[in-house]
Amino acid sequence: MEINGYTLATLKRGQKVVIKAINATDPQVQRLMVLGLVEGAEIEHASAALGGDPIEFRLFGCGISLRQEHARHFQVAPAGAGD
Amino acid sequence: MTKPSEIRVPASSIAVRRGVESRVAVVGSPNSGKSTLFNRLTGLKQRIGNYPGVTVERHIGTLSWKDRKTELIDLPGTHSLRPHSLEEQITVDVILGRLAVAAPPDGILAVLDATNLYQGLFLVQQLVELQKPMVVALTMTDAAIRSGIDIDLHALSEALGGVRVCGVIATTGAGLNELREAVTTIQDAPLPRKINVWPELEVAISGLRSATGISLSETECVRLLIDGITERNQSFSAGLDNEFIARLDALRLEFFAGQPPVAVEARIRYGWVRSVLKSVQQSAPKLYGWQSRITEFLNQPFAGTIGLFVVMAVVFQAVFAWATPLMDFIDGATATLGARVGDVLGDGAFSSLIGDGVIAGVGSVIVFLPQILILFLFIILLEDSGYLARAAYLMDRTMRSVGLSGQSIIPMISSFACAVPGIMATRVIPSRRDRIATIMAAPFMTCSARLPVYALLIAAFVPAQQVGFMNLQGLVLFGLYMFGIVMGILTALLMRKTALRGPKPPFALMLPEFRKPNLQTVFFQLLGRVKVFLYRAGTVIFSVAVIVWALSYYPRSDLIAPEVEKQRQAAAFMLSGEELAVEYARIDNVAAAAQLEQSWLGRAGKSVEPMFRPLGWDWRVSAAVIAGFPAREVVIAVLGTVYAVGDQADEGTLSTRLKASTWPDGSKVFTLPMVLGLLIFYACCLQCAATLAVIRRETNTWRWPVFAWVYMTAIGYIGAMLAFQLGSA
Ligand SMILES: Nc1nc2c(ncn2[C@@H]2O[C@H](COP(=O)(O)OP(=O)(O)OP(=O)(O)O)[C@@H](O)[C@H]2O)c(=O)[nH]1
Repeated sequence: MEINGYTLATLKRGQKVVIKAINATDPQVQRLMVLGLVEGAEIEHASAALGGDPIEFRLFGCGISLRQEHARHFQVAPAGAGD
Repeated sequence: MTKPSEIRVPASSIAVRRGVESRVAVVGSPNSGKSTLFNRLTGLKQRIGNYPGVTVERHIGTLSWKDRKTELIDLPGTHSLRPHSLEEQITVDVILGRLAVAAPPDGILAVLDATNLYQGLFLVQQLVELQKPMVVALTMTDAAIRSGIDIDLHALSEALGGVRVCGVIATTGAGLNELREAVTTIQDAPLPRKINVWPELEVAISGLRSATGISLSETECVRLLIDGITERNQSFSAGLDNEFIARLDALRLEFFAGQPPVAVEARIRYGWVRSVLKSVQQSAPKLYGWQSRITEFLNQPFAGTIGLFVVMAVVFQAVFAWATPLMDFIDGATATLGARVGDVLGDGAFSSLIGDGVIAGVGSVIVFLPQILILFLFIILLEDSGYLARAAYLMDRTMRSVGLSGQSIIPMISSFACAVPGIMATRVIPSRRDRIATIMAAPFMTCSARLPVYALLIAAFVPAQQVGFMNLQGLVLFGLYMFGIVMGILTALLMRKTALRGPKPPFALMLPEFRKPNLQTVFFQLLGRVKVFLYRAGTVIFSVAVIVWALSYYPRSDLIAPEVEKQRQAAAFMLSGEELAVEYARIDNVAAAAQLEQSWLGRAGKSVEPMFRPLGWDWRVSAAVIAGFPAREVVIAVLGTVYAVGDQADEGTLSTRLKASTWPDGSKVFTLPMVLGLLIFYACCLQCAATLAVIRRETNTWRWPVFAWVYMTAIGYIGAMLAFQLGSA
C-alpha cells in the first residue's frame, strides 16, 4: 500500500497529483470513490479553510472538499511522473 | 410484504388519461442544471406534490411542443444509481418503475453538465445501461466555453450508444427547441446500443438471471450484485426468496474476491469515463471571467472567512432592516381592518370572531411574510450561485467541534429570523442524524417573534444603567441571544451523543464555481417555498388563533354589560368631550379584562396558576403564556387585554401596568428574578405552532415535534423556576 508517504492530506496549494492507491475499507472512502476519487484520477489542491481543514481539491475542473481524516486514505504521486 | 412485481402500474394508464403521450423522467447529477431546464421546458405548467410517506417534493410538468404533449418528472439529483440518501432512492425507484404512485417513465432525459462531464458521465453511463429511450441534454455549454472545455457532441453521442445529445444553455434557452423536439419524439428514437463498460459483470448477471429465472430487470440485478440487499433498494429487494439470496451471496463473494464492491465499481466506471473524455473533450484556452476571479479570491482561507461574515451581515441587515417598514405596514393594516370590521359589524360574537380571531390570526402569520420572503430569497440566491456549499465548507471545522457539520450553518443562521425557513433549509443536509440534530437546535435561536417580548420586558424591568461601555438593557438582550445559541449547541451535542448517535457522516461537498443566479429558477423556488410556508404555517396558526380567540371570548358573562352601561351613564353625567372618550375607553378595557378573567382562558390561567406559582407567575401571566403557546408574540396582545389597557396598547402603558401589578397580599408580581425567569422561559420554550408543523413536515413524524416541544418547555420551566427561586431566596 505504502508508495511514498504522500497522501491528499499532505499537499500544498497548487500541487497537482495523480491518485495511486486508496485504502478503500472505510465506507466513507468508498463514497468518495463514487464521486470520482479513484486511482488514476488527476487532482489539484485548490484551497483550504482556516486551520487547514477541510481541503478543497479540483477534480477534472470541479471543486470537491474533503476532510483531513478522509484525505489521508488517498496515496498520491506527482502528476506527470512515470507510473 | 408486497411482492415487488405487484406494485407496477400499467405503463401508460396515467399518461393517457391526461392526453399526454409519454412520460419522461429528468435525471442528472446534483447541480447539473436540472431544475433550470425543467422550468424552462414546462414553464408554469407544473404541479408540486409530495411522494407519500417522505418529504421529497415531486415536481411534474407538461412539455408541449408542436402538437405533442410530454409529461416531465423532475427527480432529485443523484450521483449514481446506487442511492446514497432518501432523495436519491426516490430517483432510482422512479426510474426503475418501482414507486407505487408513479408509473414507470417511458423515457429518460439525462441532464449532463458540460463543465463536469467526469462525474456526470458516471451517472449517464448507468442510465444508458437501462436500455430505455433516452435523450441527453448537455447543459452549461456557455460555462464550458468560458472555462476552456471543447466538447465533441458527435463523439459523445457515439460513446453513449448513439443517444441523441443536445447542447443547450438552460439559463438563456439556447438550443431548447431541438431538445423539445427530441424529448417529445423520444419514443420514436432507437434504443441506445450497449456500451460495454463492464463486460465481466454482464456475463455474471446473465448467468445469475438464467440460473434463477428471476423477474428483476438487468439493472436491478446489477445493483443487487454490487450493493447486496440494503435498506435503500428494498423496493425491489424485499421479498426475494432464500434460494436466490444464497446464490447472490455466493456470486458476490466469487466475483469481487474480497474487494469492496462499491470501490471496484467506481474504479471500472471512472476508468471508462476517462477513456471517453480523451476522445470527447478537448481543452481550449480558458477565459478568465469574474467567476474565476471570485473563486480565486475566496480560495484564500482568511479572505474567504471574512467574506462569509460580510455575506452573513448583509443577510441579517436585510432581514431585519428592510422588512421592518413592510411589517409595520401590515401590522397597521390588520389593526385598521380589525377596527373597521368592529365598526361595521358592531359588537357581538361574530364581529369579535372576524376582528379579533380571523383578521388578527391571519395578520399574525402575514406579518412575518416580509422577513421570510427576504430570508428565502437570500437562501435561494446563495444556493443558486453556489455560495451555500462554500459557506458550509468554510464553517465545517467550527461546526464539527459541536457535533454537526458545515452544512448546518445556514439553517442555524436563518433561524435567527424565523425557525420555519431555517428548518426548511436543513434539506441540504444529507445525513438524517445531522439534520434532525440541527432541526432540534434551530428553534433555540432567537427568532424575530421573541424580540417584541424581550423588548417589552427588558424595557420595563431592566434598569438602563451603563455597564462598562454597554448598556445593561443591551447586555441582557445580547445575553439572551447568546443563551439561545449555547442552548442550541448543547442540544445538538446532546442529541448526537444520545438518540442520534452514529458515525460521523462523510463530508464530501461539491464546490461549484460561482454562477449568476437565474431569475426564473429563483422565482420558482421562492414561490414554492412561500406557498409551503403559507399553507402549512398559515393553516395551523390560523386555526389555533381562532381557538384561542374562542377560549378568551367564551363564556360571556351577563353581569358585565349592564355594569358597563351603568358606569357609562355615570361618566356621561360627569364628563364631556375628550375626557369622556378616555373614560369610555377605560371602562371598556376594564370590562374586557373582566370578561377575560371569567372566560375559559382566564379560568385556565387560574387553574394552572399553582403549577406556575414556583415560577412566580400569577393567573394573568399564566393565562397570557398559555395563549402564547401557538404563537409567542400573541402574549403581548393578551397581556394588554388582561391588564385592561386594550390589545392595541402601546408598550409604555402596558409596562406601567405590569410594574404596578401585585399579588393579593400587596407584594409585586413582576420582580427582577421573576422577569428574568420569564425571559429564560421565552428563550427556551417552543411556543410556535408553525415551527411544530414544519418539524412535523420535515421529519415526517409527530415524534420529533412532540419531543422538541416537551424538551424545550421543560427546560424553559426549570430555567424560569431556578431563576425565580434562586433570585428570590
Ligand atoms: N451558465 C449556465 N448556468 C446554468 C445553466 N443551467 C443551469 N445553470 C445554473 O446552474 C445552477 C444550478 O442549476 P439547478 O437547475 O438548480 O441545478 P439542479 O441540477 O436542479 O440542482 P439540484 O436541484 O441541486 O440537483 C443555477 O445557478 C443555474 O442558474 C446553463 O446552461 N448555463
